[in-house]
Amino acid sequence: MNWRPGVELATLRRRAQLLNQIRAFFLERDVLEVETPLLAAAGVTDPAIEPFCVQRGVSLPAPRFLQTSPEYAMKRLLSAHGPAIYQVCKAFRDGEAGARHNPEFTLLEWYRPGLDHHALMEEVAELVCGVLGDRPYRSISYRQLFLQQLSVDPMTATSQELAQVARQHLDPGDLEGERDLWLDLLMSHVIEPRLAHQGMCFVYDYPSSQAALARIAPAGDVSVGQRFELYVDGLELANGYCELTDAAEQRSRFDADNAHRRERGLPERAADEQLLAALEHGLPDCSGVALGLDRLLMLALGETDIRAVLAFDWDNA
Amino acid sequence: MATFSTNEFRAGLKVMLEGDPCSILDNEFVKPGKGQAFNRVKLRNLKSGRVWERTFKSGESLEAADVMDRTMEYLYTDGEFWHFMEPDTYEQYQADANAVGDAHIWLKEQDKCEVTLYNGAPLSVAPPNFVELEITQTDPGLKGDTASGGNKPATLSTGAVVKVPLFLSEGEVVRVDTRTGEYQGRAGKS
Repeated sequence: MNWRPGVELATLRRRAQLLNQIRAFFLERDVLEVETPLLAAAGVTDPAIEPFCVQRGVSLPAPRFLQTSPEYAMKRLLSAHGPAIYQVCKAFRDGEAGARHNPEFTLLEWYRPGLDHHALMEEVAELVCGVLGDRPYRSISYRQLFLQQLSVDPMTATSQELAQVARQHLDPGDLEGERDLWLDLLMSHVIEPRLAHQGMCFVYDYPSSQAALARIAPAGDVSVGQRFELYVDGLELANGYCELTDAAEQRSRFDADNAHRRERGLPERAADEQLLAALEHGLPDCSGVALGLDRLLMLALGETDIRAVLAFDWDNA
Repeated sequence: MATFSTNEFRAGLKVMLEGDPCSILDNEFVKPGKGQAFNRVKLRNLKSGRVWERTFKSGESLEAADVMDRTMEYLYTDGEFWHFMEPDTYEQYQADANAVGDAHIWLKEQDKCEVTLYNGAPLSVAPPNFVELEITQTDPGLKGDTASGGNKPATLSTGAVVKVPLFLSEGEVVRVDTRTGEYQGRAGKS
């Protein structure tokens, strides 16, 4: 029977130290630590994220979902009370396992009323530099990154054009899909590996089709989702939004997600009515970001496999 | 036949891809935080030996390939086929030149080989890592020259040509590493 943890005591100590650093960082900035439920009535509608569903229990009037992020509950807190908040919690995503993914993982998520996504990027950089040591960082728009790396415009290219670029770099067989599938493929398979040599890099202003829960705003001749991702040495570390606060727009995005789910033969997910009611009440203008703590620990320890920083990985849980 | 989904792909799993049996070497899960999940899979085509990398959408599946590795005894060749026998069942299999490939120069009767069967027929043959074969032709031995370190080509009973030390003569039996084709020593010594 393999009962032993997969890590040395030094790794546990480094994780504990990381948590202390994070709490000190937010204490100094007067950001309030909060907790929200891990098991909640609503799941995410995002077609690319699958929650685990807990079916049975005497306390369960209906199945509940293990949270894929604390976003909805934290936005309900923000709508009611207002101040900046952060949370360190477990999040769960079914089917995500590999060298950089564990189906149960630790997220640091925080929200900053009054800040736009560019101001929040600066704060993310401060936190990450505090943990990993000072280093320069750069920011580049999603559009500029594609133009620079692949000479293709991700905002205007057709799915055929993107597929053609993808086939120059890798073998996707008879893969078929829309623009976003090809953009995701190019980003994760071609561009991300190249970012491995570029230190700390923010990518911002995503195609509006990939806005998720970010605001959409005009940028020159196109609309962009005011969203950013942080890559450190090619590892995707954080995802942030200038948050969508419009309840009607949020509802139509949930509906659009479910339309995609139907097309792909995935089960539909009921919209989180409590979140929508909170948005109706009024979510303050804010930006928020979720940062993978296990991955930050990987970077701090120079590990390339997430299993090397987890006391008990998925196969040993 | 069973199918396997990308999340079941493991090194060693045998699947069908574009009509050919393949062995999975590596499976990497790649997913942006927001967006489509993919599996970047490294496979070896068991027919051509070619290794390639293919990206799938996570959740796609491939048909299992009816491929098995069996230890078999090499019996003989009739010039066209090489004949093998499964020691437990005495069942015999004939492998063609394609399946045997370069392995034929190491096949000695009664040696145990790894035969990969695809749909019940030999697809490839791996000789034992070490074989002991008799020298059938080489320049005369220089008796006593065990120190000079020179070597010479020697033809073995299977037709393989290996470099052996100068002091060896025809009729002697040598041990060879089939993975490198290198002489390891005289048989029975190491």
